[in-house]
Amino acid sequence: MNYEQLSLIQLDALREIGNIGAGNAATSMSKLIDKKVDMEVPDIKIVAFDEVMEMVGGADNLVVGILFEIHGKAPGMVYLLFSLEEAESLTKHLTNNEDIKLFDSEADNEIAFSALREAGNILAGSYLSALSDFTNINMQPSVPHLSVDMAGAILTVGLLQVSEVTDYAIIINTKINDLNEKHNGINGQFLLLPSPESFTKIFQALGIQDYE
Amino acid sequence: MNKEQTIIKVGIADLNIVTAPDVIRTSGLGSCVGIVIYDVGKQIAGMAHVMLPDSKHAKQQTLNHYKYADTAVDILIEKLCMKGLRKPLMKAKLAGGAQMFQFNSGSDMMRIGQRNTEAVLQKLAEHNIPVISSDVGGNFGRTIEFDPQTANLRIRTITKGEEII
Repeated sequence: MNYEQLSLIQLDALREIGNIGAGNAATSMSKLIDKKVDMEVPDIKIVAFDEVMEMVGGADNLVVGILFEIHGKAPGMVYLLFSLEEAESLTKHLTNNEDIKLFDSEADNEIAFSALREAGNILAGSYLSALSDFTNINMQPSVPHLSVDMAGAILTVGLLQVSEVTDYAIIINTKINDLNEKHNGINGQFLLLPSPESFTKIFQALGIQDYE
Repeated sequence: MNKEQTIIKVGIADLNIVTAPDVIRTSGLGSCVGIVIYDVGKQIAGMAHVMLPDSKHAKQQTLNHYKYADTAVDILIEKLCMKGLRKPLMKAKLAGGAQMFQFNSGSDMMRIGQRNTEAVLQKLAEHNIPVISSDVGGNFGRTIEFDPQTANLRIRTITKGEEII
């Protein structure tokens, strides 16, 4: 798969995939926190690994990352990323506890982590099921893997498979924002990283494999 | 007059050389390994940020030699030799090689941090370059900065604080 040779129609299809997935996830998010949730137009980028880190604020930027492996015919990885503050305000909503913190006196707060994992489950599940329906390709999320750490360390995991084949990654990036709150808003970022071999399968499923 | 100190940055699958008083840094090492090879006498050091252990398994046509432990270490040593360093006086420090997530699949890809570390150590042993100190493994990210003047490798983490090795 030569990334530079993707046609406009193929890029559009990938953008639409991000749109459909995140749209569905935004609806789930809205139900989860009982607030209006908006989403931005997805961004599809073919980027060098260093640029991937720039997309999330730099390699040593602290992020809360929930990672899912995608199993099925078009494998890949999907990340749901929050800043620490966003993750904390989401946790407050979910647990109905205004005082909850992700870290209790240096140690991880298991209840907060567990709530975040479950929220990730719901959101990534609705993201992937929308993709599945759209492409008619079966995609199943793994259990959620949660880490609060440097963006570089968290995102490299998703780039390893791609890195065996190329030095660029195709990233479908969508942001969802909760509209109501001025501070402590809950904004999330979905990053979809299909494995290199999955692109052909997605394009075949949509009947646009020849539009190069 | 003191020359201002600049920080030379090393990206992912990248390497670079530094001369005192400048320092060299790479950010957000997870399963990747950061290797520093230096000579305190010359106050020159090189740093590489490798992603994968073995270039022989690459499925790529034009190979990025800086991405793999085996090829990057060779190139780093070669570049340092061109700067006038002598191999018998070179020393090394390394950090990274973490396993960020525990996957059930148990595929080799998921032990990549450990395999990166092993590949780097093996390559350094082939060149007879002693490893003075290292901070590898765990499940957390590291940002590292090396000062060729003092040979201090400063390691910063989110949850485990900061240390110098």
